[in-house]
Amino acid sequence: MIVVHNALIERGSFRLTADLTVPAGRICAIVGPSGSGKSTLLEAIAGFLPLASGHIRINGEDITVRPPSERPVTLLFQSNNLFPHLDVERNVGLGLKPSLSLTPADRRAIADVLDEVGLADLAARRPAELSGGQRQRAALARVLLRQQPALLLDEPFAALGPALRDEMLALIDALVLQRGIAVLMITHAPEEARRIAHLTALCMEGRIDGARSTDEVFANPGPELAAYLGIGS
Amino acid sequence: MTGKFSLCVLFFGGIALALLLALTLGALVVVGMQGAEAGALTSPDWRALVFTLEQAFLSAALSVLFAIPLARALARRRFWGRDTLTSLLGAPFLLPVIVAILGVIAVWGRSGWIADAMGWAGLGRLNVYGMPGILIAHVFFNLPLAARLILQGLADLPPERWRVAAQLGIEGRALFRLVEWPAIRASAPGAFALVFLVCATSFAVALALGGGPRATTLELAIYEAASYDFDLGRAAKLAGLQFAVCASAALIAFVVSAPVAASPGALTLVERWDGRSRASRIGDSAIILTVCLFLGAPMLAIFLRGVVGLDDLTGVVWAAAGRSLVVAALAILITLTLSLGLAALIVALHIRGARIVARLVDLAGLLPIAASPFVIGIAFIIVLRPVADPFALALLLTAIVNAAMATPFALRILIPAIRLAHDEHGRLADSLGLVGLTRLRVLYWPRVRQPLGFAAGLSGALAIGDLGVIALFSTPSEPTLPLLMHLLASSRQIDAAYGAALVLIALGFGVFWLFDRLGRP
Repeated sequence: MIVVHNALIERGSFRLTADLTVPAGRICAIVGPSGSGKSTLLEAIAGFLPLASGHIRINGEDITVRPPSERPVTLLFQSNNLFPHLDVERNVGLGLKPSLSLTPADRRAIADVLDEVGLADLAARRPAELSGGQRQRAALARVLLRQQPALLLDEPFAALGPALRDEMLALIDALVLQRGIAVLMITHAPEEARRIAHLTALCMEGRIDGARSTDEVFANPGPELAAYLGIGS
Repeated sequence: MTGKFSLCVLFFGGIALALLLALTLGALVVVGMQGAEAGALTSPDWRALVFTLEQAFLSAALSVLFAIPLARALARRRFWGRDTLTSLLGAPFLLPVIVAILGVIAVWGRSGWIADAMGWAGLGRLNVYGMPGILIAHVFFNLPLAARLILQGLADLPPERWRVAAQLGIEGRALFRLVEWPAIRASAPGAFALVFLVCATSFAVALALGGGPRATTLELAIYEAASYDFDLGRAAKLAGLQFAVCASAALIAFVVSAPVAASPGALTLVERWDGRSRASRIGDSAIILTVCLFLGAPMLAIFLRGVVGLDDLTGVVWAAAGRSLVVAALAILITLTLSLGLAALIVALHIRGARIVARLVDLAGLLPIAASPFVIGIAFIIVLRPVADPFALALLLTAIVNAAMATPFALRILIPAIRLAHDEHGRLADSLGLVGLTRLRVLYWPRVRQPLGFAAGLSGALAIGDLGVIALFSTPSEPTLPLLMHLLASSRQIDAAYGAALVLIALGFGVFWLFDRLGRP
C-alpha cells in the first residue's frame, strides 16, 4: 500500500500538494495536463525529490527521508531503464546484486521472471538488440525480481504502438493482481486509465486530492477534468 | 533556395575553399618540393621526431590520467563555485601559451615557489628545463581540456541511468564499472588524441622550456633551421615530417571522436545520489583541490609578479600590444571570411543532396589541423622570398596562419547554426519568397549572430596570444606582445615580462569578451 499524506513538494517556484492512497493489488492512474506535477509526485515517492512537509508510507513503513535505494519502490522510466552494455540477464540480475556476482540460484530466479514477461529466449541479448516493448518487459522483469510492494510508472509505454501498449497493460494487470503490488501510473490517455486502473486521481495545477474509483471519475468528471478531456459535463 | 543566392554562396564558398586548400595542401606541395632536395633524414632530424612523439604521448597520457578522476569528481559534486570552476576549465584554451609558461616557471622554475620550498626542506633543486618542464606546461594546458571532454561525456549520459542506479543501490566500484567507465571509455580516447595533436605541434613551450639536442620538437627544429641556420631546405624537410605526424594524429583523432571545439558555458549535470560516503567525499575533495592548486598557482604567481612588473612597462610594450591587436583584427576578419564562406557552401551542398561533396569540403575545412603553423609559415617564406620580403609582411602572414588554424573550430561552431536556421525555417522562408539580403537578415542572422561572435572572439584571442610563426617572420625590433614577453624573459627582464603578461591576458580575454558580447542580442 502506498500512502502519501499531506505532502508538499517544492521544486523552484513550483509547488505540489498531494494526498493519495493506493491499496495493495490496486492500480491507480494519475491523469492531468502536462506540467501539473504528475512526474514530480512519482519522483518524490521514489526519493529523487525531498518533501518540504508531510509523509510517505509504504506498507506502513515511513520512508519519507530514506535515500532512493532504501525505498521498497521502483520507478520505471519511459526509456533508459537498462544499461546498454549488459545483456538482459545481467540487467535483470542487477535487481538482486549490484555487484553482479550471480549464483546459480540467482540465475534460476532471473530465468523465472524472464519467463513470466515472455523474454525467456532473449536473456543473452543486449538492449540495442531488443524492440522497445521487449526492453520495457526486461525492466519489468527486474521489478518482479526485486519483489517490492510498490511500482511507479512514468508513462513507460507511451512510446509503444497501440497493440504493444495493450499487451504491456495486460501484463501489468496480471502481475499486479498476482503479487498484490500497489501501482501508481501516469497516463495521458483516458482509455488507458479506464482499461486497467481501479482508481484514478486528478492532478490539476499542483494539487492531487485523493483517488476515486475510475468508473466514478469518468461517469462524473467534474468541471476541471471535463475541460481537460474536452467533454461537456 | 533561389539560383541567385546559391550562386553567391558557390562563389564565396569556392574562393574560401581554394584559399584554404592553397594554405594547407599547397603549403605541403611547396615544402615537399623544397624538402626533397635536402636529402635523407639526419640523426638530429630523427631525434626531433622521436622527441616530438614521446613528449606528445606522455603529455596526452598524463593529461587524460588526471582528467578522469577530476571529471568524475566534478560530475557528482555540488559545491559553491562548481559551475565557475567548470567554466574556467575552458579558459586555458584562450590563455596565451607564453603566459602559462611564465606561470609554470614562477612556480616550478629554478627560483620558483616549489624549488624554494624544496631547498628550504633540504631536498635539493628541481630542474624544470627539458622534458619535465614541457610536460608540466602541456598538462597545465590540456588537463582542463581533457577534463571538460570527459565531463561532457558523463553529462551526456541519459539522466535516467543515474536514477536507475540509485534505485538499485549501485554505488562505488559497481557504479564506476556500470555507468561511469563506459562513458569515460567513449570520451577519453578522443581527449587523448586531441591532446596528442595539440602537443605534437608544440612550439612555444619547447622554445621556452626545452631546446638543445635532447629536448627539441619538430616545430622548434623548423624554426631553428630557418632562423638560425638559414637552411630552408632542412626546414622544408622537417615541415614535411611535421605534416605527416599531424595528419596521422588528426586522422586518428577524427576516427576515435567527432571534432570538438571549446564549448561556452558551464556543463549542467543531473543530480546524483551516489558518493555520499566519507571516503569518496574526501577523495573527490582531494583531487579537486590538487588540480585547483596545480592550475591556480601559476595564475596567482603571474598576477602577483605581474602587478609588481606593471611599473616596468615601457612604450615598447604598448607598441607590441598594438601590433598584437592588428594581428587579432586581421585574423578575425580572415577567419570569418574563410569559415562563413565554407560553412555556407557545406550547408548548401548538403541541402542539395550532394552529401559526398559536402563531406569532402567539410574534411577540407579540417586540413589546417594537419598542417601545422610552421609548415604554412615555411611555405610562405619559400614562395614569397623571390617576389617580396616576408619579414615586411610579418603581421599579415601571422594573422593568415592563425586564421587558418582557427578555421576548423569556427566551422564546428557555425555549421550547426546555419543548418539549424535552414532546417527550422528554410521552407517558411522559401514559401514567403525571401531572397538575397532579406533572407540573410531574417532567416540566418538571428541564428548565426551568437556563434559568429563566439567564433570571432575565439579567433581573436588565439591570434593575440600567438607565439608561433611570428617568431619566424618578425624581427626582434618589431615584436608582437607574446614575442616581446619571450624576449624580455630570456634577457632577464623578468619583472617586465610578468607585467606584460597581465596586459596580454587582459587583451586576450578582452577581445574574446567583446566579440562574444557583440554576438548576443
